[in-house]
Amino acid sequence: MRKDRLNPERVSGAQTHFSGQHIVKAENLLKKFDSFVAVNRISFQVETGKCFGILGPNGAGKTTTIRMVYGFSPMSGGSLKVFDLDISRDWRQIKSRIGVCQQENSLDPDLTVLQNLEVFARYFNIPTKEARKKATELLDFIALDHRLNAPVTELSGGMMRRLVLARSLINNPDLLILDEPTTGLDPQSRHQIWERLEALREQGISILMTTHYMEEASRLCDRLIIIDHGLILVEGKPEELIQQHVGKDVIEIAGPTQELRSFIQSTQLPYEDLGHRLIVYCEEKGALYQRITRDFCKEGCLMRMATLEDVFLKLTGRELRE
Amino acid sequence: MIQTSSTRISRRFLRVWQRNLKVYKKSWKISFIPPFLEPLFYLIAFGVGMSGLVGEIHHQGSQISYVSFIAPALIGVSIMYNSFFETTYASFVRMYYQKTFDAMLATPLSLEEVITGEIVWGATKSLIATAIMMVVISFFGFIRFPEGLLLLPLAILGGIAFGSIGMFFSGIVANIEMFNLPVFLFVTPMFLFSGTFFPLENLPPWAQQAALLFPLTHLTSLARAFSYGQIHLSLLWEIAYLLLFSIIFFPLAILKMHQRLIK
Repeated sequence: MRKDRLNPERVSGAQTHFSGQHIVKAENLLKKFDSFVAVNRISFQVETGKCFGILGPNGAGKTTTIRMVYGFSPMSGGSLKVFDLDISRDWRQIKSRIGVCQQENSLDPDLTVLQNLEVFARYFNIPTKEARKKATELLDFIALDHRLNAPVTELSGGMMRRLVLARSLINNPDLLILDEPTTGLDPQSRHQIWERLEALREQGISILMTTHYMEEASRLCDRLIIIDHGLILVEGKPEELIQQHVGKDVIEIAGPTQELRSFIQSTQLPYEDLGHRLIVYCEEKGALYQRITRDFCKEGCLMRMATLEDVFLKLTGRELRE
Repeated sequence: MIQTSSTRISRRFLRVWQRNLKVYKKSWKISFIPPFLEPLFYLIAFGVGMSGLVGEIHHQGSQISYVSFIAPALIGVSIMYNSFFETTYASFVRMYYQKTFDAMLATPLSLEEVITGEIVWGATKSLIATAIMMVVISFFGFIRFPEGLLLLPLAILGGIAFGSIGMFFSGIVANIEMFNLPVFLFVTPMFLFSGTFFPLENLPPWAQQAALLFPLTHLTSLARAFSYGQIHLSLLWEIAYLLLFSIIFFPLAILKMHQRLIK
């Protein structure tokens, strides 16, 4: 890990050129695959310079939504404006101003690290000299400047993902679109990506991302929507959503007795009964927790802060999505 | 909602072509070997080994040696192989396994440009192979110049035709093993029955008629005419036939790729 510090220098040119209030405006966005409705007339807006998250279980329509935003999938209905331009008409202009990190690794295995960036720059008609300069700068930013000439097949999963991020920045995008940027990465690599995304956000780049890591969404997103079955369930700031839907604290009780169940019912607090586990959402700072541990169970009871994950599970349910 | 319109193809397709050229250049020393050695092997095998058995061939009113009969056909076959295998197996690997097309589609490139770049690259490989083979075959004196230089534009035309057909198959096969079907039902019969290794007149009349449907028959016939310097107007029909294949299969390849990739 010799070069894995975050380079303090900024990535040049990463300031936005778009001055409108909303960099993405989706209205009644609809996507159908034959008779299956993947995205069911959703509307949302991404504020310029902010990070907007789309959360949802597998198959909720996250990737389908952002694929429409970057012009990969045609919409079945609704309207979609990026930079106040129409995606179905001005697709080329829009695509030249966005950077996309797709979910699947699409690095070019026939090329080296540096060549991956240079060849990609050509797709944007960036002149060779400028591309080389930008590529070198970006490799420094993602701490891969010591692997310039390595074939991408030799890189670790984390390095590849960082390289995909660098590749998406080659055209100085005004809007960065990330589809599950850290799925499948080890904790170290995830934090590496997060640090870089935070650095980019500070420079004013707008970000639209999907994730199913709640920690990631809480840390990076200014606003987010949780979607399921192609519909928006809630929208808001992460902390507001937690406050609104779950409260402040959560008490989890493993193996609750019948006696304890009745007690919880009597408190009139919102709770979930998973059979072998009770989850109680509460506001008070520990009085209830003390009461439970004193009177009902000595072990298997814990109190923690409410998280976005609680909101997510409460809204989308706990059954498996495959 | 399929938007396959010509407005989606700009000169930017060359960026895709450049990408393939860059990869090709990394291994050009190896890529050069097959088109260099292949005609040598064939010419030696057929020239030394078989011409004693075959003797001379009656071609368009004159007697020619068997080796000089097959030499231009080898170029025709190579034009077909280079573009067809590039836009089938090689393009399929890029599209399906390497996700190269997906990455390109997140840039200002359109799908039409990606596919055009791939087909033009396939034709370029035909052109490179033809140029190398011409050097080898000229060394034996089987190509007449300057007419023989027409083989180069012929390589591009044939390359676009067979590259488009290959790309069409890439758009419809379920997996890479399925390329065996067009190879054994389409490419191999053409390789054998397009007047390549024996004159079409040796076939029964119905088979001769059928062979006229093969694009390779016309590609081989043109390659012979250009190599021997026998330029005449009726060649235009054969050029037109190859053009027709390109005009049909090029948009068809784009359509099938659209249906496959754009969801």
